[in-house]
Amino acid sequence: MSDDMKIVDDLTQSEYKWGFITDIESESAPKGLNEDIIRIISKKKNEPEWMTEWRLKAFRHWLKMEEPKWPNVKYPQIDFQDIIYYSAPKKKEKLNSLDEVDPELLKTFEKLGIPLGEQKLLSGVAVDAVFDSVSVATTFKETLKEKGIIFCSVSEALQEHPDLVKKYLGSVVPYTDNFYAALNAAVFSDGSFVYIPKGVRCPMELSTYFRINAQETGQFERTLIIADEGAYVSYLEGCTAPIRDTNQLHAAVVELITLDNAEIKYSTVQNWYPGDKEGKGGIYNFVTKRGACRGVNSKISWTQVETGSAITWKYPGCILQGDNSVGEFYSVAVTNNFQQADTGTKMVHIGKNTKSTIVTKGISAGKSNNSYRGLVKVAKSAQGARNFSQCDSMLIGDKCGAHTFPYIEVENNSAMVEHEATTSKVGEDQIFYLNQRGISTEDAVNMIVNGFCKEVFRELPMEFAVEAQKLLAVSLEGSVG
Amino acid sequence: MITIKNLHANVEGKKILNGINLEIKPGEVHAIMGPNGSGKSTLANVLAGNENYEVTEGEVLFYGKNLLELSVEDRAREGMFLAFQYPIEIPGISNATFLKTSINEIRKYNGLPELSAKEILDLIKDKSQILGMEQDMLNRSVNVGFSGGEKKRNEVLQLLTLNPKFALLDETDSGLDIDALKIVASGVNIFRNENNSVLLVTHYQRLLDYIIPDFVHVLAKGKIIKSGGKELALELEDKGYDWLKEAEPAF
Repeated sequence: MSDDMKIVDDLTQSEYKWGFITDIESESAPKGLNEDIIRIISKKKNEPEWMTEWRLKAFRHWLKMEEPKWPNVKYPQIDFQDIIYYSAPKKKEKLNSLDEVDPELLKTFEKLGIPLGEQKLLSGVAVDAVFDSVSVATTFKETLKEKGIIFCSVSEALQEHPDLVKKYLGSVVPYTDNFYAALNAAVFSDGSFVYIPKGVRCPMELSTYFRINAQETGQFERTLIIADEGAYVSYLEGCTAPIRDTNQLHAAVVELITLDNAEIKYSTVQNWYPGDKEGKGGIYNFVTKRGACRGVNSKISWTQVETGSAITWKYPGCILQGDNSVGEFYSVAVTNNFQQADTGTKMVHIGKNTKSTIVTKGISAGKSNNSYRGLVKVAKSAQGARNFSQCDSMLIGDKCGAHTFPYIEVENNSAMVEHEATTSKVGEDQIFYLNQRGISTEDAVNMIVNGFCKEVFRELPMEFAVEAQKLLAVSLEGSVG
Repeated sequence: MITIKNLHANVEGKKILNGINLEIKPGEVHAIMGPNGSGKSTLANVLAGNENYEVTEGEVLFYGKNLLELSVEDRAREGMFLAFQYPIEIPGISNATFLKTSINEIRKYNGLPELSAKEILDLIKDKSQILGMEQDMLNRSVNVGFSGGEKKRNEVLQLLTLNPKFALLDETDSGLDIDALKIVASGVNIFRNENNSVLLVTHYQRLLDYIIPDFVHVLAKGKIIKSGGKELALELEDKGYDWLKEAEPAF
């Protein structure tokens, strides 16, 4: 093995730094899934009758469905009866302020770099923290309320704004959509809810931080974001989990809705525990994320940096219904060791003159496999639709794989669809060049990879971009050559 | 001072260098000339530490340190600079970021405080003016979309900004038109002083019209077969390499 290769190996084998476990008393439902469990979850959350019914319908539908087998990933059969579907930190009936949040929980988020005390927060970012299945704290609520913005947990929204939830929940990702979306609809325990009223530009970044702690627990959050006419919001999502040697399931659903002239920018930095160097443990991240540009001139933009999870299976997409609406997808997906990722996007053009842009950067190191899967669909009605896709893959070392599966379906002759794809290797000559200028191999690889991802990073909000670059460095630590 | 003693090296199992002996003192400019395949570029790459080249015998002392034991980056940090024959592209990383990282890594190693972004920018701007380079190239990705001449000029810009103790120029003249050649040569002439040294590797003598060497060495089959002053280059230009054939070592 050449020295470069050795360094690649070392780089890809660093430790996961967010793997600690919080010792906290929690309340869990028994293992397994049946209608009673669903009723327990729904009752715990004091949900309205229609919600319980919706969950049960989803469950009955799920029973008839089969796990998708088409993704380019391999894992042993999941026993869905061996999972705990509800776990919540024990807490008082109702929290009136952050002071009442269990200090252990606050410490956990502090350790993760997400301080929840409002005075300590980065100005300009409001945070909703989700621990295992429930939201434990939402900051800056009052400031947002003045503008009429609703930012709270979905459970809370169900109590206080049931009409809004009823109107939009499941309207973008119905429970019939796919196996994991059906499962999520049946058992989801919490998540974030955002509503930006007409003409309001949200004055700060909204952020949700997801943390899985309890063992043998599945995490099924549901996020719903609505930007009413002319509204704008930028939303950030971050995720980590402790090191466990068993696999944990994370099956979330995110729905975004933009009405006329509205815009949602949704950024994710996903860093779930990826499993150890031998491929043991790690999160199965089977997520459905979709946005509907319902209104004219509306826009939805997804930016994701995915470095974690043992298996990632997700395709954030946009349904471009409104005329002149715009969908964007910018993605960096890093896989290392034995990680597997099958990720990409779906852009469905329905309205006239709709536009979509797809820029993806897949980086594979170690013995990992990284697949891009993307669908661009132009319906008959989508006169003048435009799409541009660029899918670049980078390989570090010679034991990893990169794959591209583009699907293009065009039913309107006036549409223009462009697809570009490249695959490159972190070249020994590039590393030698940077070494010769006094830059260490580890820094050289980070530089090359960061350069490769630049087009995506510049779409991220500033602090997040810095975070993402650091995360990339950590994920590839010990991997390089 | 750089002292090369009995240096042997292989590339992919094939013997390329066959016992090079050379001493380069501060203030000196040496030129290594020779036909294609004589081992000129190998010598430059071995000194810089390219791991595709395997040293089988010999020793190199770099200001008292055992050079061959140092990593590529430490050789650079000790003050060795290789101007590449084919400069490498690094997409997405601006020339300015690249130079800033490089300068500060070298300074850190030598116990010097890091320079601020502004100090570095001023330094680069100053040097790029000497080389007649457009300011916008600082924001362009390293060597991406650069013409052959621009790439070579960019190498010389790095040479001037990093200001090493020892500069190795590997066929820096190849692919340059006469105007570009003059600019590159003037950059090297600005660089040279009594405290640093230069080793030029070149196939043609024309570069030596603009960078006057103190010593010229002829390399053939991995060995220096003749050394002399600057007039040796002219003689080679006149007669070619064939007249030296008899002097070639037999192996």
